[in-house]
Amino acid sequence: MFDSFTLSQLQELWWLIVSLIGSLFIFMTFVQGGQSLLSYVARNELEKSLVINSLGRKWMLTFSTLVLFGSSLFAVFPLFYATSFGGAYWAWITILISFVLQAVSFEFRQKQGNLLGARTYEFFLFINGIFGVFLFGIAVATFFSGSSFQLDDYGQVLWQHPMQGLEALLSFFNVALALFLVFLSRTLGALYLLSNIDFRLDLVKDMEKRLRKAVTTNLTASIPFLLYFMVTLATGEGFAISSETGEVFMEKGKYLHNILAMPGILAMLGAGLLLVFWGAAKARQPATTCGIWFSGLGSTLVLLGLFLTAGLNNTAFYPSSFDLNSSLTIYNASSSRYTLTTMGYIALGMPVVLACVALFWHKMDREKISTGEVSDFTAKEIY
Amino acid sequence: MIDLQNLILLDWSRALFALTAMCHWIFIALTLGLSWLLAFFETFYVKTGSGVWKRITRFWMMLFGISFTSSLATGIIFRFQLGTNWSNFAFMAGDIIGVPLAAEIIFGLFLMAAFYAVMFFGWERVSKKTHLFATWIVALGSSLSAFWIIVANAWMQHPVGMAFNPDKARFEMQNFSEILLSPVAISKFAHAASSSFQVAALFVLAVSSWYLLKGRHQDFAKKSILVASVFGLLSSVFTGFTGNVAAFANARNQPMKLAVIQGLYDGEESAGLVLAGILNPDKFPGDSKSPFLHKVRIPGLLSLLANRESGLFVPGINDLVFGNSKYKIMGAERKIEQGKIALELLSQYKTAQKEKNGTRTKMALANFKNYEKYMGYGYLDKAEDCVPPVGLTFYSYHVMVVLGLLIPIIFLFFLYHTYKDTIFRKKWLLRFGLVSVFLGYIASLAGWIVAEVGRQPWVIQNILPVSVARSNLTTGTVQLSFFLFLFLFTVLFIATIRIMLKQIHIGPETPRIE
Repeated sequence: MFDSFTLSQLQELWWLIVSLIGSLFIFMTFVQGGQSLLSYVARNELEKSLVINSLGRKWMLTFSTLVLFGSSLFAVFPLFYATSFGGAYWAWITILISFVLQAVSFEFRQKQGNLLGARTYEFFLFINGIFGVFLFGIAVATFFSGSSFQLDDYGQVLWQHPMQGLEALLSFFNVALALFLVFLSRTLGALYLLSNIDFRLDLVKDMEKRLRKAVTTNLTASIPFLLYFMVTLATGEGFAISSETGEVFMEKGKYLHNILAMPGILAMLGAGLLLVFWGAAKARQPATTCGIWFSGLGSTLVLLGLFLTAGLNNTAFYPSSFDLNSSLTIYNASSSRYTLTTMGYIALGMPVVLACVALFWHKMDREKISTGEVSDFTAKEIY
Repeated sequence: MIDLQNLILLDWSRALFALTAMCHWIFIALTLGLSWLLAFFETFYVKTGSGVWKRITRFWMMLFGISFTSSLATGIIFRFQLGTNWSNFAFMAGDIIGVPLAAEIIFGLFLMAAFYAVMFFGWERVSKKTHLFATWIVALGSSLSAFWIIVANAWMQHPVGMAFNPDKARFEMQNFSEILLSPVAISKFAHAASSSFQVAALFVLAVSSWYLLKGRHQDFAKKSILVASVFGLLSSVFTGFTGNVAAFANARNQPMKLAVIQGLYDGEESAGLVLAGILNPDKFPGDSKSPFLHKVRIPGLLSLLANRESGLFVPGINDLVFGNSKYKIMGAERKIEQGKIALELLSQYKTAQKEKNGTRTKMALANFKNYEKYMGYGYLDKAEDCVPPVGLTFYSYHVMVVLGLLIPIIFLFFLYHTYKDTIFRKKWLLRFGLVSVFLGYIASLAGWIVAEVGRQPWVIQNILPVSVARSNLTTGTVQLSFFLFLFLFTVLFIATIRIMLKQIHIGPETPRIE
């Protein structure tokens, strides 16, 4: 099946697949968003337990999606993996540490003898909830703003800034996308908790109100950052590849041209934003809890649109602002045709695995998490 | 070629990787083995409907959860360190090892992530059979995950199914099935997985022994010991068998590693197997000193094990470094010369390409192809550089073998006395059982030291030395990272151990809630 594809078709297909995984990760950051909302929405131990146990059943899926995103990039765009991870070193190390903190916090928080105390682990969850998403957003923004590196003839990266990746924090354009994603994840987190917790008892009615409010406030807070990012993206210069020479050059309005040249992406961005708002609007209707599915799908579409804008239509997806011709494109950074084909067959396993995930997610979530369930402190499985 | 600054940076990079890999293995070995024990325990519960088996499953599952979480935390650093600290390796080998590493996530981690939630939180939410299915899938997922990782590692030990692409200056995959089904990958996976099963079985023995010594949860402990002993004993036999297969593979593919683990400097026909020995610390390749201060050796056995035929020649360190014309072994000195020519020709090829000089490009490429085989050696300075640290590899190997022989005896004793119902009276055995988990870990970690240190100076055997594989970072950056992760992993390790000890002290659920 994949053997009949040309190399460039495989490269484009794989950019689509890794973009989809990255976008799904953004949807799954509802876990991080929920973590960062913990101190705001949960005012007592019972509420806290509900929130943490609800998120605790999904955190590993988010974690796995992030690792799958990184691993797929390694397999199909190894030059990007080597350049970005080896160059923007401190940015990635910080992101990874935030996910290490998350990994242990759910499991350790309530366990006796946990060394650091429950509050510390809750703080770790907050750190991951905010900075994990924020720094990932910064990393994604550099797909458009560029990074300061040079590649030699042997593909070795020479990073040109002593902050090794953290310099990306100095660009407000990058920060704007990162903050948009942080507020979006908080919106998704509140929507997920609304859908996953049983609020029928009066005991938790106030938390439900706070969650519904959090949806509106966080989505509202995200809008200015999204607008700034989109306007700057549309009006600024972008990293274009010359179709004649293959060289990278700066083109005014490149990303707007990309969006207009690929109406599918325009539709994705438009429909995605509408769905995000539609899902959030659902939270304003009492007893409606399905908003996460609309906003989740919407955020996936928005991010997918952005990733495709960064990589398709003769665009450098990991541009170098130091040396334009060291910029990475999906054509010069990809694996060989054989590997892309092999990965294509391996990826056929993904829908099967995802179907399993969806089936068992559905089985587990048929009944919402109730106060009774998390109050059974004899059960060792409670987070 | 390799200056002092590079050496120091390289040592810190190696230290960081060793730290991460060791911490990861400590948790992953337990996780991998416990996942199968959980599947067995829960199967007994579903078959018999007995509450005791349910208590057993839930107790060990809780300890599995703690270990699994810590293995994920260390695993994410381990995986991405290939990019952060070994970026040139990631680029040069990414076309090949990226595939098994991505497959590991799809078929291993994702399956586990989905079914882990069912296994932990699904006791009251799904049927008994669905729950059991989830537990088995977690066990299968953990082993699949290990399999794919070891496929990548085995390729680094014995690179097959690939070719060097001079245009991209990287290695590219040519035959996936050759990589996937490489005998080295299969034997290495079987050996590593079965050794982790032993670690988990010893862990169960240790905790259960403590309960029996304290007179607590006796039925629970006895049943746990019974299953763990059988599982551990079978795993031990399998580990021994696969270890032998792996040693045979080493002899063919990594003769230097075999020579080093035996302290064999001068190759011999009918070479003897060194059972135990004290190395001479002043011995260096090429000198005339004796390699050992003391040794116990079985004549002829190494030749037999290495070649599956007695009397054949086994090359020693000196033969591989300086060559041996009698046995047609090309020494590292010659290979380095040819490697340097290959690198020069590659550089000429790149320059000619840039200058768009077609004739010179073709000529340089054709010449390069003649020397390409030894390109990796071109990065080395001198022939002795291709010898791994002899002492560390030799002693690690012998510690692994001695413990590998002792561990099945431990399982046999436990099995016999549990079967005879005399385990309660054998305090000495229970006390020994308490510490046996450390023996399992020492054996397992020693095995990894043999595999990884014994491959030095190569990250990909004979193709890419570690000095070229690292990222272009400053020494200070890697030092800072090392201490940062040392602190992080130390806290993580202490927290994990404390929580486990506390949970063990609390013990399994009381029967009233069944």
